[in-house]
Amino acid sequence: MPLLEIRNLSVAFDTSAGLFHAVDGIDISVESREVLAIVGESGSGKSVAMLATMGLLPETATVKADVMRFEGRDMLAMSPQERGKIIGKDISMIFQEPVASLNPCFTVGFQIEEVLRRHLGLRGRDAHKRAIELLELVGIPDPVSRLKSFPHQMSGGQCQRVMIAIAIACKPKLLIADEPTTALDVTIQKQILDLLVSLQIEHGMGLILITHDMGVVAETADRVIVQYKGHKMEEADVLSLFENPQSRYTKALLSALPENAVGDRLPTVADYDFEAEIR
Amino acid sequence: MVRFLFHRLLLILPTFIGITIVAFAFVRVLPGDPVLLIAGERGVTPERYQDLMQQFGYDRPIWVQYFDYLAGIFQGDFGTSISTKRPVIQDFLTLFPATIELSLCAITFAVALGVPMGIIAAVKRGTWFDQTLMGTALVGYSMPIFWLGLLLIILFSGILGWTPVSGRISLMYYFPAVTGFMTIDSLLSGQEGAFTSALSHLILPTITLGTIPLAVVARQTRSAMLEVLGEDYVRTARAKGMPTRRVIGLHALRNALIPVITTIGLQIGVMMAGAILTETIFSWPGVGKWMIDAIGRRDYPVVQAGLLLIALVVMTVNLIVDVLYGLINPRIRHQ
Repeated sequence: MPLLEIRNLSVAFDTSAGLFHAVDGIDISVESREVLAIVGESGSGKSVAMLATMGLLPETATVKADVMRFEGRDMLAMSPQERGKIIGKDISMIFQEPVASLNPCFTVGFQIEEVLRRHLGLRGRDAHKRAIELLELVGIPDPVSRLKSFPHQMSGGQCQRVMIAIAIACKPKLLIADEPTTALDVTIQKQILDLLVSLQIEHGMGLILITHDMGVVAETADRVIVQYKGHKMEEADVLSLFENPQSRYTKALLSALPENAVGDRLPTVADYDFEAEIR
Repeated sequence: MVRFLFHRLLLILPTFIGITIVAFAFVRVLPGDPVLLIAGERGVTPERYQDLMQQFGYDRPIWVQYFDYLAGIFQGDFGTSISTKRPVIQDFLTLFPATIELSLCAITFAVALGVPMGIIAAVKRGTWFDQTLMGTALVGYSMPIFWLGLLLIILFSGILGWTPVSGRISLMYYFPAVTGFMTIDSLLSGQEGAFTSALSHLILPTITLGTIPLAVVARQTRSAMLEVLGEDYVRTARAKGMPTRRVIGLHALRNALIPVITTIGLQIGVMMAGAILTETIFSWPGVGKWMIDAIGRRDYPVVQAGLLLIALVVMTVNLIVDVLYGLINPRIRHQ
């Protein structure tokens, strides 16, 4: 049984220009201890699909799916209260902008302890002790004093580590990382990715990594879904995808990598005709 | 935080000096001659006029008068009323609790209703509730205080007979002032019905004075909440599985309150101006009415000191707002 199973997911937004389909009939499934990468350009619906799974889309969004199960439990039939017990505990998510993702008015300690209190019932000293352990686990030096820091007193990389600490606080079964390194500089990107992968192995989590960086995919993923304009273009294990891509769009993406450049000009995805592949 | 407070306190001094100049100049540019009014008679002889000028010190150069006035202020002497012959500070302190009581009720009314209304309007954006509320707020904001006060008197006092027309308490009750706050003093007096009477006298002036701030606070809360609800950290709070009430009431509101508190502080200043009209309409014996009467009598010391003392109150409120701003927003506190 997959950890998360989604069939025929569609997300549409009610806009002044009419309904806009951000995700159109996508199937996603991820197993425990598996790293699934979802890749695609900006606007391909990668994040929207995962936000829909988490129930984090605004009211203007209409989410439809034939199946949405987590550990066999039907998420579509759950009340918001039941869903709230899974979200943040068994499924957690980290985002692209770590500094903006932390509340500027509360200390890092408050923001970590809050999730421990909510889902594990830890309070006072127990919550504080666990928060220190979590900061140590994500590699933040001097965690005792760092708990009293506000987000604006930390760097982007440290904030992302705090976000990861919050996300893994309740030992989730599935972690969704939405472009976790995009807003960070290159050296920190590597550290954060290594941290995510090591935590995924250590905790036996499923990891969905949303990215548009094929290098990140090659290094970390077991399986890859390629998305374009809300459609799934291809799904394959990572080796097959890089060695023998089936979709013209995937080929276009791979040929746009700098190391694949031929001649003076770097090809772009626009050089390839793949629109016909969209169902 | 101490440094932050010290900086704010330092800023108060030049502002205070500036206000003394404005207050001093303001009464002198008002048309009308105070000496003629003091004389209280027609056909004052030049000798009598000169005598009075000398007696009140108006014959000295203007800058001497100003520095004399400034020196007095720093010694706690705000002058003596030309009409009552009592120290201005004494009259001010007697009347000020009435204004404070009314203003506190009005701002409590505005905040207690405005903040929740703004939150609900933001959460239910675009619904009939939001549109009705914001439409009503616009009407409330646009309505002149004196007109609203008169309408309320006609409806609730005249037609329905639910509330008294004017004053602070029914003439049936008398007790010595302890705190100056009629509601508290009526409770302390132990007289049956006194508290209810004081409270019923407060209702219409409170609504009249609090309506504009209520509209402003509701609109500001709505727009601040709308901005904050779209922030990434609100999404994070929801991704942590926090209940909606906590996401809105803690994570979003704490951030949205930053501009709202500034607005509330500014509204207290605006309210001081509104108090002048409200107190006049409802014959509320407060500082506002006292100032209006003093302007009519060209009572220079009262107008000067009244302006200055009201400005001091507004500056103190602004200081409190700055401190609250620092307490709520750690980025300001750590600057």
